[in-house]
Amino acid sequence: MPKLEIRNVERRFLGQDQQVNALDKVSFDVEAGEFLVLVGPSGCGKSTLLNIIAGLEKADFGEVLIDGKPVTKPGPDRALVFQDGALFPWLNVRKNVEFGLRQKGVPKGQASERAMYFLDQVGLAKFAENDLYTLSGGMKQRVAIARVLALEPEVLLMDEPFSALDAITREDLYAEVQHLWQGRGATIVFVTHNVREAVTLGDRVLLMASDPGRVQWELPLNILRPRHIDDVDVARVARQLAQAMRRGRETYTKEGWSHDEFEEIDILRDLDSALGDRSG
Amino acid sequence: MIFFAILIALWAIVADRRVWDPMLFPSPWKVAQTFGADLADGSLLNATGISLRRVLLGYGISLAIGVPLGIVLARSKMVEDTVGSLVSAFQSLPSICWLPLALLWFGLNDRAILFVVVAGSLVSIAIAVQDGVKNLPSTYVKAALTMGTPPWRIYTQVLLPASLPSILTGAKLGWGYAWRALMSGELLFVSLGLGQLLMQGRELADMSQVLAVMIVIMILGLITDRLVFGSLERHVRRRWGLAGA
Repeated sequence: MPKLEIRNVERRFLGQDQQVNALDKVSFDVEAGEFLVLVGPSGCGKSTLLNIIAGLEKADFGEVLIDGKPVTKPGPDRALVFQDGALFPWLNVRKNVEFGLRQKGVPKGQASERAMYFLDQVGLAKFAENDLYTLSGGMKQRVAIARVLALEPEVLLMDEPFSALDAITREDLYAEVQHLWQGRGATIVFVTHNVREAVTLGDRVLLMASDPGRVQWELPLNILRPRHIDDVDVARVARQLAQAMRRGRETYTKEGWSHDEFEEIDILRDLDSALGDRSG
Repeated sequence: MIFFAILIALWAIVADRRVWDPMLFPSPWKVAQTFGADLADGSLLNATGISLRRVLLGYGISLAIGVPLGIVLARSKMVEDTVGSLVSAFQSLPSICWLPLALLWFGLNDRAILFVVVAGSLVSIAIAVQDGVKNLPSTYVKAALTMGTPPWRIYTQVLLPASLPSILTGAKLGWGYAWRALMSGELLFVSLGLGQLLMQGRELADMSQVLAVMIVIMILGLITDRLVFGSLERHVRRRWGLAGA
């Protein structure tokens, strides 16, 4: 059974003069231990979809199942890392990481111990007693990741967590996230608009399109890990993905992809499996 | 400090030259003398004690009701549409306008003055807190919900600590209003306290007493502003990483 099942999820917003289909019958599965990336332009509903999976928003139609059980409200089994980190400035670094554990009723000493363990995992153990304002943007996002890892969620949701960071910091975090993910075997759903980032991180990439928000196609990636954003394979696949994305925006019709587009995807698949063979 | 020394020196010179009638414009020495005498016979300390007790009690009630009210106003559309408009209406009412009502309800006593103090400060505290909570990043609440905080505990676990800076702003504002409301109340009906001491100075045409009491009121204001709120603000601003830390 898949870890996460998204079944015919629809979401509509009331626009200025008509209903906007933020999400139109979106369905896909996420396997346990998979690193899935949702990539798409702004307005394709990828963040809305993540909020629905988190239980923060309700779908107008369809449902989300985790281990076969429908999601009805937010909970620590689907912890979310926000773009702005959403750390609490009234708590110091350690207490931010302890927060979720304390909500679960974990005793203070034990929560503190676990917080320190996860802070150590993201390389921030010696900043445990610091106030947040003393940290850089990258360090804050590491705290946000530690805070969520400490809850040991079934599924880790990440909403453009690195988009506000500078390039160097971002690259460090790509390596760290891959390392943490491989070490813990977590299931991750990661949202981004950055194609390079998607190819660097994902086991599988779902390309989303807007108006109506939908999954356009999926691309499994077997590129050897750990990947770096400047790896030749990553760059090549990312470029083709970006091209397909651009072309898709022009040629996609209600009926589906044109024949040319299918060829394009086949080429990508071939390329991908060739890369996979070499790495495996 | 030097600024105040120059100010007092100027005052002394003007008073010495007898530009105005010394009855109406006493010298700093005369005021200091009256201040000393009032201090010695205990009337000043007594009045200050009574006024402070009243303002602290009324202000405490305002904080205890105003802060939760502000948070609820910011969170509930229904409460905002109903109670919120009432709160805005009350805000346009100067606190002293409550005095006739308070006098009829409670009579000439401490309860009436307490009522005026609460009426003067509660609403401004609630509105400042409401504004602050409304401007919080929505991700705070979302983050807490995804980390397993039940919705009813969001208030104490997230909204209350997160809005500490705006609570402080509201508290400072509320303190000013409470203090003003108290002074107006004490001036208007005789019932001990600094306001009455001020009025007594007027009745005895003793300008030096009027000035001495005014200075005491200003010093009290300065102390609370600088020492109490100043240090709290510094602490919160530093922790929140706000400018000027």
